[in-house]
Amino acid sequence: MTSAVASELPAELRGFREVQRLAYACAEAVAAQLKPGVTERGAARMQREWLRERGVRDWFHLPFAWFGDRTAFTNFRIPLQFFPTNRVLEAGMPFILDMAPVHKGYTADIGYSGCLGPSPVHNRLLADLEAHRELILREVRERRPLREIYENVDRLMVRQGYANRHRAYPFGVIAHKIDRVKERRFSPHLFGFGTQSLKGLASDAVHGHRDGWSPLWSPYKFSDHPPRPGLWAVEPHLGFRGTGAKFEEILVVTDSKDPEQSAFWLDDDLPHVRHWAEERSA
Amino acid sequence: MSLKGARERWVRTGGIELCVAELGDASRPTVVLVHGYPDSKEVWSQVAERLADRFHVVLYDVRGHGRSTAPAPLRGGFTLEKLTDDFLAVADAVSPDKPVHLVGHDWGSVQSWEFVTVKRTEGRIASFTSMSGPSLDHFGHWIKKRMRRPTPRRVGQLLGQGAKSWYVYMLHTPVLPELAWRGPLGKRWPRILERMEKVPAGDYPTSSLPQDAAHGAWLYRDNVRARLRRPRSDAYAHAPVQLITPTGDVFLSERLYDELGEWAPQLTRRSLPAKHWVPRTRPDQLTAWIREFVMANEGAAAGAAARRTEAKGPYAERFGGQLVLVTGAASGIGRATAFAFAEAGARIVAVDRDAEGTARTAEMSRLIGSPEAWGETVDVGDEQAMEKLAEKVATEYGVVDVLVNNAGIGLSGSFLETSTEDWKKVLDVNLWGVIHGCRLFGRQMAERGQGGHIVNTASAAAYQPSKALPAYSTSKAAVLMLSECLRAELAGAGIGVSAICPGFVNTNITSTARFAGVDAAEEKRRQKKAARLYGLRNYPPEKVADAILRAVVRNQAVVPVTPEARGALFMSRFTPRTLRAIARLEPPL
Repeated sequence: MTSAVASELPAELRGFREVQRLAYACAEAVAAQLKPGVTERGAARMQREWLRERGVRDWFHLPFAWFGDRTAFTNFRIPLQFFPTNRVLEAGMPFILDMAPVHKGYTADIGYSGCLGPSPVHNRLLADLEAHRELILREVRERRPLREIYENVDRLMVRQGYANRHRAYPFGVIAHKIDRVKERRFSPHLFGFGTQSLKGLASDAVHGHRDGWSPLWSPYKFSDHPPRPGLWAVEPHLGFRGTGAKFEEILVVTDSKDPEQSAFWLDDDLPHVRHWAEERSA
Repeated sequence: MSLKGARERWVRTGGIELCVAELGDASRPTVVLVHGYPDSKEVWSQVAERLADRFHVVLYDVRGHGRSTAPAPLRGGFTLEKLTDDFLAVADAVSPDKPVHLVGHDWGSVQSWEFVTVKRTEGRIASFTSMSGPSLDHFGHWIKKRMRRPTPRRVGQLLGQGAKSWYVYMLHTPVLPELAWRGPLGKRWPRILERMEKVPAGDYPTSSLPQDAAHGAWLYRDNVRARLRRPRSDAYAHAPVQLITPTGDVFLSERLYDELGEWAPQLTRRSLPAKHWVPRTRPDQLTAWIREFVMANEGAAAGAAARRTEAKGPYAERFGGQLVLVTGAASGIGRATAFAFAEAGARIVAVDRDAEGTARTAEMSRLIGSPEAWGETVDVGDEQAMEKLAEKVATEYGVVDVLVNNAGIGLSGSFLETSTEDWKKVLDVNLWGVIHGCRLFGRQMAERGQGGHIVNTASAAAYQPSKALPAYSTSKAAVLMLSECLRAELAGAGIGVSAICPGFVNTNITSTARFAGVDAAEEKRRQKKAARLYGLRNYPPEKVADAILRAVVRNQAVVPVTPEARGALFMSRFTPRTLRAIARLEPPL
C-alpha cells in the first residue's frame, strides 16, 4: 500500500496545489477589490462568483468573510456566527477571507488575512504567524502526537500575547483532513459545507475511530496520536483584542522515513510566505 | 506676586488696565490661561510653572480681578462681549501674528467658550482646553431641550444641575454677596477650600480675594440670565476643543456635556476623578493633557500626532496619558491588564521576572495605543530590586497614577506537607510583593498629593477556605485585608485602593504552581490537570482586566470577578458554614 501511495502522490499533489493556488488567486483578487462599504456577504459573494467563473462547482465549505473584530471571533458562541453578515468594511479594518473550493475533484481550504489600510497591530500578527508555520512543520516531522503539537502552538500564542482563536472553531480544531471529492452533477451543501466533502470527513472519522485516529486535529483526546499520512488543511488563528489573523494551507504528511519527505507544506509560493520573505529582505 | 520668574506687563483696553504675566520663551507656542471665579491668575501658578519649559505661557487677571482695574460702573461692565475685547487685546499684545492656545477653568472656561464660538476671534485661537465651565449658550440649549420634552430622566438632570447651581441664584441677589465676601466668607474661604476641595494651602487664594469675588458677581449678573433665556444658535467652536471633566465637581453635572459633540466638531474628552479646583489639586495631570493637546494642534507637530495609533478604548478619556505600572505583566491577568490600559492610551511600565515576556508586553502595548511603554525585569519579592525600580520609575517616567500589584504564584498542598521554604516563597511574592509595591509607589503617590489608584490582585481564595490551598489562601487573605486597611488610610489623600478577586481564570498560574508534598512527576501531572480544568472553565483574563479598569473608574473596594467568586463572597457573608463544608472537599486533581 505504501508504494502505491508514493507513486500516486506527485500527480495528485499537483491537482491539490493547483486548486490551492486558484483559491489564493481568488483571495488576492477579491482582497484587491475590497473597499470601504463592502459587506461580508458582498465579499463572500465575490469569492463565490470568481471561483464559479473558473469552474468551481462544489465546495468543502462555502466562502466566508470576516471583517473588523469578527476576524478575532469576538463573542462567537455558536457556529452560525461564522457565516458572513452585513458587517461593513471600514478603513483600517482587518479582514479574513476563507474558502474551500473543490475543483476537478481536488479540494483546497485556504485562509487569507488582510487589512484595509496600514495597521501596525495586524502587521505584527501576520509576522508572528511565521513562527507557527515553522513550529507545526517541525513538530509534525518529529512525529509528535497532534494533541501535543496543538498544545505547543497554543503555548507559543500565549507567549506572544495572543488568544488562540481556532479554539472557537467547531471542536476547537486547528486542522482537518481533506481529500479528493467525487464530482457529481448535483452537489448540495448543508450549513455551508459540501455534502460530498462531509461524507468524506465522516467516513474518515468512522475509519479513524476504529484505528484510533481522527480527521480532526483538536485539543481533545481523540487527537492524541501521531500525524496521520494524508493532506491536512492547517489553520492557526491568532486573536488580539479585536484583530485576528490566520493562514490556512495544506500540509502534506507521508509515511516516508526521511524527515524532509515525511511532512512538507504543499506550496511555498503563497501570499503570506512571500510576504515574510519580502519583509526579511527589506 | 507669586508667579516665579514671570514678566509682567499692562495691556490697555476699553478704559481698563489688564495685568498680564508671561513665562517661558516667547518664540514657543503661546498658551493663554484664563482663571475663574472667585480666583485671580495665581490659581494657575502650578500649571503655568510646569508648562513654561515648553511653551510661552500667558496669564492675565480678568477685569475687576487681581491687579487688573475694574470697569465703572460695574453693571454692564462684565458682558461676554467686553471680555472678548479683553482677550483679543491680550492675544494681540503677546502673540500678534500667531494664534494662541486657550485654556480656561470655571468662568475662565465660560468666557473662553464665547471666544472660541464668535466670528471675530476666528484664526486667533489654535486650540481650547475647557475645564469646569460650559458655554452659557450650550447650557441654555441644554435646559431648553429638557424643558421642551421633559422625560423623567431629563427632569432629573434638570433638577440635579438646578440644585448644583444654588450659588448662581445667590449671586443674583443685590449687595448681599458683596457683603459676605468682604466680610466673613472672604476670611474663611481659604479654610473652606482646604476642607471641602482639599486644595493644598499655598500661594492661593491671594489677598485680593474679597475684592475679586465682589466684582466677579457681576460676571453672573451681566450674562447668565440674558444668555440662558436667549442662547445663540450659532455657537459652534471654530477650533479643536479638549474637554476636561472633573467627575467630583459639586457645581457642574457631567451630563451638561452630553451633547457637546454637536457644537464642537473636533472634540477630545478627558475625565478626572477630582473636585472643582483641578488647577490646584491636579496640576501634573492637567499639564500633561494640555501639553499633549497643544502639541497635537501645533502646525508641524500635528502630522506626527495624527500618525500615532489613537487610543480608543472605552476608558480612553479617563486614562489617556496616565502612567500605569503593572506587576506580573509578562502573562495572564497582568498582561491583559497592561493591554487594556494601553488601549485606553495610558503609558505602561510592565514589570515581571520574565524579561522576554515584559518586553513583549511593552512592545504590544505600544502597538495598540500606549504612547510609551517600558518593560522592567524585577522580582517583586526582592526588596532592594523593588526600591531600585521605584527610584528609576520616579526619575525616568514620573509618579505612577495607577499601580496594579498583580504578580503572584500558586501553591497547592495540605498544610502539613507545606514546608517553611514553600511558605516563604509564596509569601515573598504574593504578600511581600504587594507590600513593597504599595509602600514604595503608594508613598510616591501620597507625597505628590494629586490622587491615584492602587489595585491589588487578591483572589476568591482570600475568603474561601480550602484544604488544598492553605498557603496561597492565607497570602491572598492578607492582601485583601491589606487593601482594605490601605483604602481607609489613603482615602484622605485622594488615592483609591481596590482588591480584585478573580476566581478561576484561564492563565498559566496553574502550570507554574507548586504542589507541595508530591514528587516532580506527580507535580507535573497535577499542573497539567489543573491547567486543563482551568482551560475548560476558560474564563479569559481580558474580562478580569476589564473589571480592573472599571474598579479604578468607580473606585470599588472589593471586586469579585467570575460568577463563582461572586457566589463565594456572598456565601462567606450569609452562609459561611456551607463554605467551610466545601473547604473539606478533595479537589479533583
